[in-house]
Amino acid sequence: MGRMTELPTKGGFSFDLCTRNDMLLKNGLQMPPFRKTGTTIVGLVFQDGVVLGADTRATEGPIVADKNFEKIHFMAPNIYCCGAGTAADTEAVTDMVSSQLQLHRYATGRESRVVTALTLLKSHLFSYQGHVSAALVLGGFDVTGPHLHTVYPHGSTDTLPFATMGSGSLAAMSVFESKYREGLTREEGIELVAEAICAGIFNDLGSGSNVDVCVITEGKTEYLRNYQLPNPRTYISSKGYTFVKGQTEVLSTKITSIQPKVEAVEGGDAMEE
Amino acid sequence: MSIFEYNGSALVAMVGKNCFAIASDRRLGVQLQTVATDFQRVFKIHDRLYIGLSGLATDAQTMYQKLVFRHKLYQLREERDMKPQTFASLVSALLYEKRFGPFFCQPVIAGLGDNDEPFICTMDCLGAKELAKDFVVSGTASESLYGACESMYKPDMEPEELFETISQALLSSVDRDCLSGWGGYVLLVTPTEVQEKILKGRMD
Repeated sequence: MGRMTELPTKGGFSFDLCTRNDMLLKNGLQMPPFRKTGTTIVGLVFQDGVVLGADTRATEGPIVADKNFEKIHFMAPNIYCCGAGTAADTEAVTDMVSSQLQLHRYATGRESRVVTALTLLKSHLFSYQGHVSAALVLGGFDVTGPHLHTVYPHGSTDTLPFATMGSGSLAAMSVFESKYREGLTREEGIELVAEAICAGIFNDLGSGSNVDVCVITEGKTEYLRNYQLPNPRTYISSKGYTFVKGQTEVLSTKITSIQPKVEAVEGGDAMEE
Repeated sequence: MSIFEYNGSALVAMVGKNCFAIASDRRLGVQLQTVATDFQRVFKIHDRLYIGLSGLATDAQTMYQKLVFRHKLYQLREERDMKPQTFASLVSALLYEKRFGPFFCQPVIAGLGDNDEPFICTMDCLGAKELAKDFVVSGTASESLYGACESMYKPDMEPEELFETISQALLSSVDRDCLSGWGGYVLLVTPTEVQEKILKGRMD
């Protein structure tokens, strides 16, 4: 007999609905589309550190679910990670590794290293054999210098001076391959990353909206959210729609006032002896 | 037919000036047959936090029961209500836990946080959070709802205007979707009161 109440689980995935879902699929119902980040994500190494870039469109099938989605995730104060693939997977895996890195920082008393984050990510993704669909561009600056890596959903990694991932990766890579050189300055690095992301935004249907940039150098990280907004919403009418009060037909109304919660004061009057 | 289209649903939440509104349709169907016209999709977690659940109705009810259970334990331990942002993380974690055998529901969370700041958020069935500052939509009518809300939404609306806007957006969108409609239910929350209204819509 199973447990009557469900206690909060110890963590990790739970597979108890799988049999039921297989039965639904066999009876002809189709799985829903998950929210994916169509995406263009890039990174490059310049003379003082690493620049990461990403677009901001999140898609659900052919529909844009979020026009300003954050794809550059925090891992450590000196390490950031861009994510492409299934949105829930990239968010969950980067949150999980970020927590593990913080615990590791407390245990060792040192700044996190990029290879630590890399190993944690690749071993998690490999153990799920590619079913956790997260393709990542990991970059950071630690005691050993600037590092840039790509992580694939099956767990393989590459270490590169410039990298692109996602559906817009070919558009972005064409920009990098023609214009990248070693020893770029900070401004040149940011310009090149923005140009590569724009190539993805304008040429790839799965990427769009704005450009986010993150610059990581020794001891300092700058997250330039919405660094460029090349797709402003210009068609909106300044008047907007105005609905007259009472335009909607209402069948019934119920109004409840919110009672402010009474605070119990501790240490009030002492009880009389 | 997709699993999401089995019962049909439409949900929308919008942010106003120190208030928010969350609205749903009222139809419960079994594919193309309508079974109920007063189905509740928006549930209260506490006075200032509500969750709407679209998608498969049985999973929506199960999710709601699990969330109420977790929130009550939280209230007992912490001696206070959960903040909307924390609640959104809880829902996301519960959904992602079932990553390879998910619940087929898409939540829309709306609440008033600290300083009466309205908070809305939606997720896909795996728990990928989308925090929006203006509106969020979910359900079979979501494509029409995106369009209606994009054109009708204005920032910083007062409660009366917000009610009219969200109602018109909901009613016009469900009219373009066979699987949702049969009336509307709108919940408008301000720092001092909660208004629940049933809307008159096309019953087809």
